[in-house]
This record gives sequence, C-alpha cells and structure tokens, in this order.
Amino acid sequence: MSHTILAWSITIAEILLVIAMALAALRMFRGSRAQDRVLALDTLYVNSMLLLMVFGIGTGKVIYFEASLVIGMLGFVATVALAKFLMRGEVIE
Amino acid sequence: MNPLEHAAGLPDWAALVVSFFLVVGAGLTLIGTVGFTYLQTFYERIHAVTLGTSWGTGGIVMASMIFFTVLSSRPVVHEILIGIFVTVTTPVTLMLLARAALHRDRSEGNPEVPSEEAVEANAVDGPPTVSE
Repeated sequence: MSHTILAWSITIAEILLVIAMALAALRMFRGSRAQDRVLALDTLYVNSMLLLMVFGIGTGKVIYFEASLVIGMLGFVATVALAKFLMRGEVIE
Repeated sequence: MNPLEHAAGLPDWAALVVSFFLVVGAGLTLIGTVGFTYLQTFYERIHAVTLGTSWGTGGIVMASMIFFTVLSSRPVVHEILIGIFVTVTTPVTLMLLARAALHRDRSEGNPEVPSEEAVEANAVDGPPTVSE
C-alpha cells in the first residue's frame, strides 16, 4: 500500500517539476528583457537538477545524483558568467 | 503503476516520509516557478525563484537521503552536497543578477528604480520624512 503511494508520489513529483520547467521555458522564450531570460535559464537548471534527483529515487541508481551535481555546478557558472556579461558587456576583462 | 522493485525492502513509514518530502519539494518548486512566470516586474520575479532553491531542493534532498539511508541501512549523506552547494551559490547568482539588472535599468534612466543619488542621500540622512 505505502509502496503504491511512493510510486504515485514519485510520478506526481516528476509531473510537477516538468510543469515547472515548461513555465520557466515559457518565460525564457517570452522574456521581455535579457535578465528575465537569464533568470529563467537559472530556474530551468535548478528544476532539471531536482528532476534528476527524483529519477534517482525512482530507479535506485546513484548515477543520477552525479548528473544532478554536475548540472548544479555548471548552472552556477553559467548564470554568473551571464550576469557578468549583462553588467559589463564582456565576461573576462 | 510500476511496483518499484528496487524499493521492496523499504519499510512503510519510510515510504510515507519519502513521499511527503517529494511532493512538498516538487509542489513548492512549482509554486515558485508559477510566481516567476506570472509576477509583473523582474525585481518581484527574482524572489519567487528562491522557493525552488530553498524548500524545493531541501525537500527533495531530504527525501533522497532518507530513501537511500533506510534502503541500504547505512548513512548515505552525499546528497547533502547538493543542498550545501545550492544554498551557497543561489544568493551569489541572484545578487549578481539583481545588480546587473539595476545597472541596466539605471543606465537606461528607467524611473521605476531609485537613482544612485537618491540611495546615497537616503544612507546619509535617513529615509525622507513626510513633512507638513
């Protein structure tokens, strides 16, 4: 019984995170300004990181944890570089 | 539904706790992203995203830690790396992004944001008081 609840809640969590990713992608395409698009990309990174952790629980494999750690690190570097670019007009001065 | 063969050894209470944290984390992430999509200005939107990086990440990391710890009956805490990393990096990225947006708005002369002179006068003299 409780394992059925666990399977259902894994599926529900995946669906919720996919909807969140779709909303972030919508904001990234609609934008209005560059900083909105950068923030939407950062949100997309965080949501995909969480989705991979939910996949890890759903399959019981550790490889998904490593993938989500890599996504988190690359997302941080990408957002910092883009914010620096918006501020200065170049990334490395 | 698939019966989750790898989780057959999980006791009932752990399955319920993991389910709770999963749904709470994912739901709060979705609420934050909905706010991010529907709020009006950039400075309002930048607050909504932090719901996913605080409680969203916390809930799902907690669920993963409980799941693998109970399943393999030894402490599995490497997920906390992600929690620490997200907690440390989110304020840095959002501060940089907000400062970049403020710089862009000021250099365009956007009247919605306070000018640099107004902020400095506020810091020296205190906030403007309503007189008369």
